[in-house]
Amino acid sequence: MFKYLFAKNEEIPPGTAAVYFGFSSILWFVIGTGLGSFNAAKLAFPDFVTGYEYFSFGHMRQVHVMAVIFGWISMAFAMAMMYITPALGNTRLWSEKLGIWNCFLWNAGLSLGLTLLWMGMTSGREYSDFPWFIDLVVLFGVILPLGINVWMTIMKRRTQGIYTTNWFFGSAVFMVWIVLLVGNLPEYFQLTGLTEAYLTWWFAHNVLGLWITPVAAAIAYYTVPKVTGNPLYSHRIGHLHFWSVVVFYSTPAAHHLMSSPLPEWLKSFASVEGVLILVPAIAFVSNLLLTMTGKWRFFVDNVEIKFTITGVLMAIPLNMQGGFQQTRAINWYIHGTGWIVAHAHLALLGFSTFLEAAAVYYGLQTIMRRKLYSLTLANFHFWFLLIGFTIYWVSMTIAGLIQGAAKIYEVPYIDTVIAEHPYMIARWVGGTMVFTGNLVWLYNMWMTARAGTAIPAGRLPHELAYER
Amino acid sequence: MAFREYKIGARLFGVALGLSMMITLYMPSLNIVEVGSTEMGLRKGLQYGRIGGFSVEDPFLKGEGKPLTVILKQDPRSGEQIEPVYAYVYKSGIPFTSAIRHPRIMGKGVEDLSLDTGRIGEATEKAGAVFVVSEGRWQGKKIHYIENATATRGWTPDVIMNSVTDADVRYIGAGKIMFVKEGCWWCHTLLPEETQDWQVFGAPPRLGDFNSESPTALGSDRKAPDLLHIGSRNSSREWMMMHFFNPRLVQPHSIMPRFDYLWGPADAQGNTIDYDKWRAEYNEYTAGKRIYPPDVPEPAANSEARKLIDFVLNLK
Repeated sequence: MFKYLFAKNEEIPPGTAAVYFGFSSILWFVIGTGLGSFNAAKLAFPDFVTGYEYFSFGHMRQVHVMAVIFGWISMAFAMAMMYITPALGNTRLWSEKLGIWNCFLWNAGLSLGLTLLWMGMTSGREYSDFPWFIDLVVLFGVILPLGINVWMTIMKRRTQGIYTTNWFFGSAVFMVWIVLLVGNLPEYFQLTGLTEAYLTWWFAHNVLGLWITPVAAAIAYYTVPKVTGNPLYSHRIGHLHFWSVVVFYSTPAAHHLMSSPLPEWLKSFASVEGVLILVPAIAFVSNLLLTMTGKWRFFVDNVEIKFTITGVLMAIPLNMQGGFQQTRAINWYIHGTGWIVAHAHLALLGFSTFLEAAAVYYGLQTIMRRKLYSLTLANFHFWFLLIGFTIYWVSMTIAGLIQGAAKIYEVPYIDTVIAEHPYMIARWVGGTMVFTGNLVWLYNMWMTARAGTAIPAGRLPHELAYER
Repeated sequence: MAFREYKIGARLFGVALGLSMMITLYMPSLNIVEVGSTEMGLRKGLQYGRIGGFSVEDPFLKGEGKPLTVILKQDPRSGEQIEPVYAYVYKSGIPFTSAIRHPRIMGKGVEDLSLDTGRIGEATEKAGAVFVVSEGRWQGKKIHYIENATATRGWTPDVIMNSVTDADVRYIGAGKIMFVKEGCWWCHTLLPEETQDWQVFGAPPRLGDFNSESPTALGSDRKAPDLLHIGSRNSSREWMMMHFFNPRLVQPHSIMPRFDYLWGPADAQGNTIDYDKWRAEYNEYTAGKRIYPPDVPEPAANSEARKLIDFVLNLK
């Protein structure tokens, strides 16, 4: 990487930034899920690694969350943007050099930020845990360069129209920049009280709603037509998806604080808007599943489609939960329980991760012109992710329902802890399976770079047969 | 952009996002600024100091640059007995809490009384100041406001600190930092919910209970009891001490981590704490080879454990 930082833009091979982002994201995924597994072990066995400040749960928990959000998910997004945006514009990335710098600053900034978080230097605000100077690095060293590259590539495209994926990419980078700017105002200006509490969750909601969800969906809008050869079922439904994300997903932030003394009108409004999240969700899922018409064999044969469609299918329970669990009728029961933890992992580890994994699989093969090293290992990765995640989700959902019941009947809290214990162990097993799968993925992708069969000019990766 | 549709779309996008920001940011802010701070809100702000997460005065979250809370049982100047009062002591250079820096955030009546009767405008960080919470009337209603006791009663930080012993001092501001740094709020919420929780965890916070507090650290993922009123349910310093050192000493099924490392190298008597020996003896105890667990050392006056215990016991 370092030799390209000061090279001329023209001398950097196209796709270099995407490759660096791709491998960085996998590495952060391994680190993030490893931390997750470690944390889960501590919840199941509290005296596992005890007596060290830096290995206590309270120091590690946020490192796991930030590593997977800003390391794995967001870097996989950057990777996807670096190769999909130019591909859809029939052009090259606007500046490969900016992309390389972006990747460098991102890795350096995130490593620094996570180290500080680990040491305990936190803002004390969930999802915006980084101290404010790291937030500034994220704003100007991470998101802004990415945005400039994406926007300029779209502007300089050599096609007439802009494809659905690129609307989402271009607008989501813009929106997340605004969200990072506004959501961290309490840290820049020392805002306090309900303003701070509300802005914390305004940020947390919107970073998911205006960044992770739409970009993941946009990736699927590319992967499925590209690999299956079917055109997208409907651009008009794509429009419905896009506009309903902007309008409905940007407004329900207050539903994360239904039990706090925020204005009642705000909570009711957020709750109604929260149900309307089903509009983009249904538009997205139906559009993608209908695009698969006649090509369902890819769901079995092809790694990328297997990941993508599994992610799309997970969007169904995800949004059914998301739409309704935040209404007052249900929220009072499950708020603050493991149910929400399960839901958050369904969004990030289920729905979103599977879509991004497909993009990273496909993108790295395309750019490096190397066929995937091993289908067997990829299938191992897929099933370990899926089964591990399912164990996690089921056990945490059950734990959440137990906590909910215990909360309503106000049983002594320790009885909840005792009742949850088996599910905490199951959660650790599931999380460890995900971690193991990711280690195999890293090996598989590394071997693809080293020993994958070269893809002949004019061919696409999925047109070649798997060899192992 | 080539197509007219894209121009229209880009503008509509701006309108849609702007409208959503207006509804979710601007309109709630109109309600929030009207909130008058309650007594609890004033006390929280005063005892926690300026900001509770990462800050310039306390970059490594050691609890520096925070005010001290002192329980006064006698007037520090005259020495005569008074009703016990909490005094919030900001020594010279300690940044004031947001309520003093921006009195507006306390809400209309509280702001007026604090400025006019409480004379908080006269306090300076350079000289330091002592604040108390007093009761007054505004538009016929009984409300609480902040009084700058340095101006009104001549209680300077030095006068106060010379009149009390360490037993009367509570490191609540620094303790909040420990609460944030050690991630207590990842499991313990500070938000009893409105729909239940009244019986065990107590009343949910009211509207004005937060003004001037940051981070609020309400918590989102409750894996342990709510702590907003823990000091009312359990006021035993001894219990807290054992529970922080090793939660399994007082609650065998607890999944809370041990926070023994907050004790630091030495205990209250200055003796070096031998953690390995303690753990070995504790393991013998859990294995049934000892009848009693080893004694928990008393935390030193300046230890992080003491600060955290001060904070937790003060959550009433």
